[in-house]
Amino acid sequence: MDFDDEGSNFELKEIQTLSGHTDRVWSLAWNPATGTDDAQPVIASCSGDKTVRIWERSALTRSWDCKAVLEETHTRTVRSCTWSPSGKLLATASFDATTAIWENVGGDFQCVSTLEGHENEVKSVSWNASESLLATCSRDKTVWIWEVMPGNEFECASVLQGHTQDVKMIKWHPTMDILFSCSYDNTIKVWAEDDTGDWHCIQTIVSGHSSTVWAISFNAGGDKMVTCSDDLTLKVWEADIEGMRSGNNQVLWKHLSTLSGYHDRTIFSVHWSREGIIASGAADDAIRFFVESKDSVVDGPSYRLLLKKEKAHDMDVNVVQWSPGENRVMASASDDGTIKIWELATSSN
Amino acid sequence: MTLGLINANPIVHAKKERVARCEDPHCDFVRDIRDPEHPYSLEQLSVLSEESITVDDKLGRILITFTPTIQHCSMATVIGLCLRVKLQECFPPHYKVDIKVSPGSHADEEAVNKQLNDKERVAAALENPNLRQLVDECLYSNEL
Repeated sequence: MDFDDEGSNFELKEIQTLSGHTDRVWSLAWNPATGTDDAQPVIASCSGDKTVRIWERSALTRSWDCKAVLEETHTRTVRSCTWSPSGKLLATASFDATTAIWENVGGDFQCVSTLEGHENEVKSVSWNASESLLATCSRDKTVWIWEVMPGNEFECASVLQGHTQDVKMIKWHPTMDILFSCSYDNTIKVWAEDDTGDWHCIQTIVSGHSSTVWAISFNAGGDKMVTCSDDLTLKVWEADIEGMRSGNNQVLWKHLSTLSGYHDRTIFSVHWSREGIIASGAADDAIRFFVESKDSVVDGPSYRLLLKKEKAHDMDVNVVQWSPGENRVMASASDDGTIKIWELATSSN
Repeated sequence: MTLGLINANPIVHAKKERVARCEDPHCDFVRDIRDPEHPYSLEQLSVLSEESITVDDKLGRILITFTPTIQHCSMATVIGLCLRVKLQECFPPHYKVDIKVSPGSHADEEAVNKQLNDKERVAAALENPNLRQLVDECLYSNEL
């Protein structure tokens, strides 16, 4: 998609503000099975108020309402939440050192399993594409891989050591069973399984970011990823996808581009849309959008700022997530305790 | 917590005559925070001084620098936490606070600064009951 040709005026329209949480909202996730003609969009959000909220947009009024508050389970901040690819299960990671698995049983969300093992705060949780594996990471510096067994049972398959500090986020590759982690130790690690079924680190990106790496996001094709950091930059990386598909674990991710000079405070979240728009959420309360620029004269693509939405929230933006269903619809959440639904629209010239 | 005090014999200064530096009277309260180890305020121990707090009301930003009493002070992160909690109470919630040790004043300056300004680490630390109790004692013991 060539954004240089489209009417060059983009604006971020605020659709609705979702209030309810009584503390900062750390993260949110769109249910991937919703947002189609049959199923109205659903979002899960998690907060410092120790609860998870489920929000659904009404088919009739097109307005978002809070459908459920998942409380009395986590005893501390819920830091991250993510739906399984089928949309049937929700995993929530908490500072109470546990990860809870929730199932929607006839409109009621029940906690069907609790994963214990981390020594302290769990920061992030991610399902692989086939829903056979779950990964979690923690301030205890480890990454855990869990096998999903029948009857909502989870078995620890591996405890991955290697990071020298707090692991902030983990994310499975969109199509392959390769796991990525980013950390307070400024590095990004890539983990894969060898022929004997053992997981180990196949790459550590050390000379990338110069401070904590907060998030990772892949493009639709899975051959590029973008990371964001406390060093105020976004970095884009690429790898030989065909090589990866043929099972070559020696394929390395290489630095493609650095977006610097656009942010003046920590970037907490980054998300790459299906169309190729990179959204970032930062500690200056703003949301920014970047696209590949065709005007680059250097070898390889470069990226340009498409739009900066200042004061998107009243406080730090902790997460930005594109809708899996609707085009150019996005959600963000903030320290101000709210979630906002946005539409990136072009104003016709 | 620790068996002995980190700095058993701190140098104590007389409290300075207060000059209203900024209009917000809350700015002054930060100096009265009690040191985690001694019944003296951070100001009396020269951990904080007038020059160490910069407020930009237009941008809503605060930069505070403090000088731990000794180079290897492991209480530095606790002092930093106390400062953050106090400032959160004194200023509107949208103010952004950056806390640093004054350059050259601590052996692990970069590591301490990084931890003090990692909002996720700060949030988790303040949920730790033992740490929270220590912070509360430093902030409120003077009022007892």
